[in-house]
Amino acid sequence: METTQQTRPIDEVIAKYPKAREHLISILQEVQAEYGFLSTESINRISSYLNLPSSKIFGVATFYNQFKLNAPGRIQVAICRGTACHVKGSLNLLDSCRQLLGIEVGQTSKDGLFSLETVACLGCCSIAPAMMVNGQFFGRLDKKKLEYLIETWRASGRVEE
Amino acid sequence: MINITINNRKIEATPGATILEAAQAAGEKIPTLCHIKELFPSGACRMCVVEVKGKPNLTPSCAFPVEEGMEIQTRSPRVINARRTITQLLLASHPFDCLTCPKNGYCELQSLSSEYGIDRVPFQGKTRHHYTDFSSPSIIREPDKCILCGRCVRICEEIQGVAAIDFTRRGFDTMVLPPFEMDLSETTCVNCGQCTLACPTGALHEVRAVEKVIQTLQEGKKYLVAQAAPAIRVSLGDFFGLPPGTNVTGKVAAALRRMGFRQVFDTDFAADLTIMEEGTELVSRIRKNEKLPLFTSCCPAWVKYAEIYYPELLPNISTCKSPQEMMGATIKSYLAQKQNIDPKDIFVVSVMPCTAKKYEAERPELSSEAGIADVDAVITTRQLNRMMRIFGIEFGSLEEEDFDRPFGAPTGSGDIFAASGGVMESALRTAYHLLTGKDLEKLDFEDVRGMSGVKEAAVTIGERTIRIAVANRLGNARQIAERVKQGNSPWDFIEIMACPGGCAGGGGQLFGYDPERVQKRITAIYSLDRSRTVRMSYKNPAITAVYKEFFGEPGSHKAHELLHTEYEPRVVQK
Repeated sequence: METTQQTRPIDEVIAKYPKAREHLISILQEVQAEYGFLSTESINRISSYLNLPSSKIFGVATFYNQFKLNAPGRIQVAICRGTACHVKGSLNLLDSCRQLLGIEVGQTSKDGLFSLETVACLGCCSIAPAMMVNGQFFGRLDKKKLEYLIETWRASGRVEE
Repeated sequence: MINITINNRKIEATPGATILEAAQAAGEKIPTLCHIKELFPSGACRMCVVEVKGKPNLTPSCAFPVEEGMEIQTRSPRVINARRTITQLLLASHPFDCLTCPKNGYCELQSLSSEYGIDRVPFQGKTRHHYTDFSSPSIIREPDKCILCGRCVRICEEIQGVAAIDFTRRGFDTMVLPPFEMDLSETTCVNCGQCTLACPTGALHEVRAVEKVIQTLQEGKKYLVAQAAPAIRVSLGDFFGLPPGTNVTGKVAAALRRMGFRQVFDTDFAADLTIMEEGTELVSRIRKNEKLPLFTSCCPAWVKYAEIYYPELLPNISTCKSPQEMMGATIKSYLAQKQNIDPKDIFVVSVMPCTAKKYEAERPELSSEAGIADVDAVITTRQLNRMMRIFGIEFGSLEEEDFDRPFGAPTGSGDIFAASGGVMESALRTAYHLLTGKDLEKLDFEDVRGMSGVKEAAVTIGERTIRIAVANRLGNARQIAERVKQGNSPWDFIEIMACPGGCAGGGGQLFGYDPERVQKRITAIYSLDRSRTVRMSYKNPAITAVYKEFFGEPGSHKAHELLHTEYEPRVVQK
């Protein structure tokens, strides 16, 4: 998801919402849609806008899977943890991926290249175990194949179409 | 009244009461873990479940109101079995380091396990492995021991209005953390320690100090003196099975002396000193009609709160140091000079009902220019108890002793610093004298006493009416501070104490958030005040002496140098 689009200032993004606690989730969603994630600065700005302690907002943001607290990497890896993939060993795949990338689920590598996530089911159970990387599907994975793909992407810095 | 049956016993219950409240009123004990008296029920822990006839499921008694004709079983086999299982499930994910846990002997989970005779844990649960947060000068956070009852979160938000911590993540990963997983010292935490009272386990407790004090005592290189805050005398007895609010002043002095402190002083003296300085400051501001209202500055948690949330009000906060700091500064100047001791050799240990005092003692501006801190170590009431046990001091066999001179005998005006409204009341007694030259006839200001949140009164002194307000609990400070900030406050003088009931309910007292116990301590404090021969700060002979021999007069240059301080805005993520 490489965007070069100009982002709006956060005050502009949240201004249309009434200053009430019940709009928190809508605000978080819109801010994330704008910037791709919820930064500390964004959360603090929302905190003073709603007059709601940042601990409360951090609590909500970490409760829901949809919210991301780190800037996503240029290459976003999503390992499928659906039933079929699980049966085909996606937990091991995830472990390998964590080791290869050196990051935990929900994190972004220091160079900003990779971020790692899990998803409940990608809907492509026929090619389990599967993952989605920047919108592309990769199936019938094993550790060796995963290693090859990640090293290729790391070398080129992008995912070829 | 409505008629219900509890354990086949017919009783009358107040309409609107919960089953828990009705049962407690009838003398039936129901265990709770997440429940906090006075707050809306949370119903998270399910420890308080009871059986209600006609209902298929067990009912959480903390969250269910009584109904006419209700038949309740609080100790049926099904109920007991459920409570045992809940305890076992909690234990399954708990680190079993009870023998070395700071809460050992005071842990509610430990008590439940013992009360329900848990002799094995049939489940193997996952345990949490999070680092222990030692960043705060007052409070240690050990998330591994957290059972997610939520009491700390609710106390911090709903009672104190600070919300430095909250639940984060979901499911098994749920943890109580500061925002952005920051360290506690980086948050809005004001160090009040109410969370340590509320926490049923060892997940929140105060920073260690006992080892350092014992080591310094045993090395014998320093001249150790101790001071004990007014609230200690009505709360130390809690640890030795005495009824809440028992006055043990003489035993506090005796215990400290037995431990090896060369001199033991009563912070009552410094409370009177505070009143002389703050009373003078108030009268001066009233005469000049500037920087009003004046806020008290005795409570370090309130001072930090103001520095975080109301930097614009800092000029309104009294420049007086708190009593513990005034005591330290006076010991290291006046007493050192009088008794010919090098201030560098003096080691002042404060015994405080408070965790924020630990943080206060470390504030850099509360050290002299030569880098000598006013106070060198702060131990809480809990830690004094710990020290007494380590030293093998039998509380029961202690003979009552007096605190040391030259800081004299305790006064009523100093004692009541332990209660919310007490500083205000003491200040008024002295301000009246400063403004009129006369003694107040009726010393008791009932309006500012007690556990209610905001207390207001108007006092006519001479031709002027002084309007006062007292905020009990930080959560109530906000509404007062907001009005002052907006410029439409009617008040001249405002007292704010962070903890419920004032220092009597401080975060360093016996574990457990218990307003009733605090009320008993407060009652004891006021009866102590009535029993004192000296009840006004300016009539304390030790105060007269210290001004005559050393400070000159209240508000003098020397007093300002040693007894006053300044504040700075703090920028933290709110």
